Amino acid sequence: MQVRVRCKMSGKITWLIILLVGLHLLLLLAGFVAPYDPAAQNRELPYAPPTRLHLWDSSRFHLRPFVYPWSPVDDGYREDRSQAYPVHAFVRGDSYRFLGLFESNLHLFGVENPGKCLLLGADAFGRDEFSRVLYGGQISVAAGIVATAVTLFVGSVIGVVAGYYGGWIDETLMGTTELFLSLPWLYFLLGVRAFLPLHVSAVRTFFLLTCVIGLIGWARPARLVRGVVLSSRTRNYVSAARGFGGADFYLLRRHIAPETFGVLLTQAAMLVPRYIAAEVALSFFGLGVNEPTASWGNMLSALQQYSVLISYGWLLAPAAALFVTSVIYYLLADALHSRLESR
Amino acid sequence: MSYLVRRLVRGILLLAGVSVLCFLFTEMAPGSFFDEMRVNPQISPETIAGLRAQHGLDQPLVVRYGRWVKSALHADLGYSIAYNTPVAPLLWSRAKNTLLLTLTAMVLTWGISLPLGLWAAAKRGGVLDRAITVISSLLIAVPEIVIALALLATAARWRLTPVGGMVSSNFEELSGWEQFRDVVAHLTLPVVILVLCESAVIVRHVRASVLEVLGASYVQTARGLGISRGRLLFRHVLPVAANPAISLFGFSLAGLISGSMLVEVICGWPGLGPLVLDATFSRDLYVVIGGIMFSALFMLGGNMVADIMLMVSDPRIRTGAADAG
Repeated sequence: MQVRVRCKMSGKITWLIILLVGLHLLLLLAGFVAPYDPAAQNRELPYAPPTRLHLWDSSRFHLRPFVYPWSPVDDGYREDRSQAYPVHAFVRGDSYRFLGLFESNLHLFGVENPGKCLLLGADAFGRDEFSRVLYGGQISVAAGIVATAVTLFVGSVIGVVAGYYGGWIDETLMGTTELFLSLPWLYFLLGVRAFLPLHVSAVRTFFLLTCVIGLIGWARPARLVRGVVLSSRTRNYVSAARGFGGADFYLLRRHIAPETFGVLLTQAAMLVPRYIAAEVALSFFGLGVNEPTASWGNMLSALQQYSVLISYGWLLAPAAALFVTSVIYYLLADALHSRLESR
Repeated sequence: MSYLVRRLVRGILLLAGVSVLCFLFTEMAPGSFFDEMRVNPQISPETIAGLRAQHGLDQPLVVRYGRWVKSALHADLGYSIAYNTPVAPLLWSRAKNTLLLTLTAMVLTWGISLPLGLWAAAKRGGVLDRAITVISSLLIAVPEIVIALALLATAARWRLTPVGGMVSSNFEELSGWEQFRDVVAHLTLPVVILVLCESAVIVRHVRASVLEVLGASYVQTARGLGISRGRLLFRHVLPVAANPAISLFGFSLAGLISGSMLVEVICGWPGLGPLVLDATFSRDLYVVIGGIMFSALFMLGGNMVADIMLMVSDPRIRTGAADAG
């Protein structure tokens, strides 16, 4: 029975991980999947709604979907039915660097110029929202992952030291965790951000941001790791290894650190979506990655104008992407947590 | 009593720790409020240096911190360069709005999630229980900013509630009752967002702690003695299950205050959040530090209330039996 539950759990975890890998591949290959360059503007198409994919024209059915271009009218856009552009797979378009390695201009799908296939509409500058969601996801999700790595590294080092050495070291460190845990993190995050330079290059902003987000959250993993270390420190096999003359560092690396792996993995799955959301919140406020680099946060900040929010609902697409990402990560964290508990 | 005193001392130490952290971070700040002026050719470098000296920005960290502590003890919390006033009154005028928002949200959150959690635990495995589990999972998984934007878009699209600000533009002309209704109408959306975000976690914890107590052997005995279900729940289970729930109350405040900052900025509620955000942009550091201190102060106040409630509800704490550390 126990085994069956475990198997079912592992199956679920496998599926979630496959889903997650797929999602990250989609973002990683943004250049290929996205039909347009994220910075390419179409000044004649501001706030163009999502392009409709058609299968029927006036006379007959087409197996290959096609689109009509938007033509501006007084109160928005109307489909210009005079010219249809079929959607092709593997077309040549804007050039990009494939995985940052080599130049390419092959895209998964697209239409011939001057037709435009804006799957999720366009923003104020007529930039393709779909492409920007993919490219912006690269920044936001990478920020979440890097910040999680920073947090877990700092948290586990501090947790291991506190748990293993105990005494006044433990008390001081745990007192500090209480300080960090009791702060409303968003105010604190904003405060720390306030003390860093406002206008620097996108790359530096990215690393400052991830470090700040990551360094604020170390307290909880530190506590959890400390707990695991405390309980495993007194295990017989650790005492035995110590009796055979194992040095502190050897004991930590060989016998104690592996015990914390399960906790760290669960924490990672829990923290990544939270830190993605933190990056999104900061960029939404205008304190994160700046234009023209796309990130989910700075894309959403256009919605701070209520008129935009009401009229151009498709600009909520980054929020939807964040929603999907968070839910998958949450399910994974939940499954990992139950597996850890059932041991 | 000594328990409360110890908690109070701890709280004050925590505040001191927060302020030291803030000042350590200011040391890392490369820019200052007067950087923008430096670009302006009409202002000489001497003027800027004079202004810096006037605000004490040229002093070393320890001196600045000492001055700030002195000013904090005079209930000023430093001097805002942008607004040209002491920080504390400035923050307080905004903090009232934040308090209105967070307190309303907190009362509603607990008013909703306590009965729901109790009910879900009492009817474990029922339709309501499963519905609550699914919905709360979803609400926990989805980031606050997504919930906030989605609700804001919905409310604005179908004109369900007024959007933006705290009062309508013709607020001054309204009668007292209409003014009240106007504020309530503006308050609805931010409060609903906060309640949705916060109550999911609390319902789950209440449900879990009630379930744990329901499994205890003394409850089984009481049930065996034929005590009615209602009396069992409210007389025997709830007081014991209240303990972890009250501890959670203190912790949930941190989330509520962070959440309210986000919601204030998104919904345009004139609370501490937008003020601190503006101060961040203009590098008005004392306002930022003051904002952090205020939010930490709210949290500590809430934690003190939780401690007092714990003392009332849990005899072990009153007698000091459970106090090992």
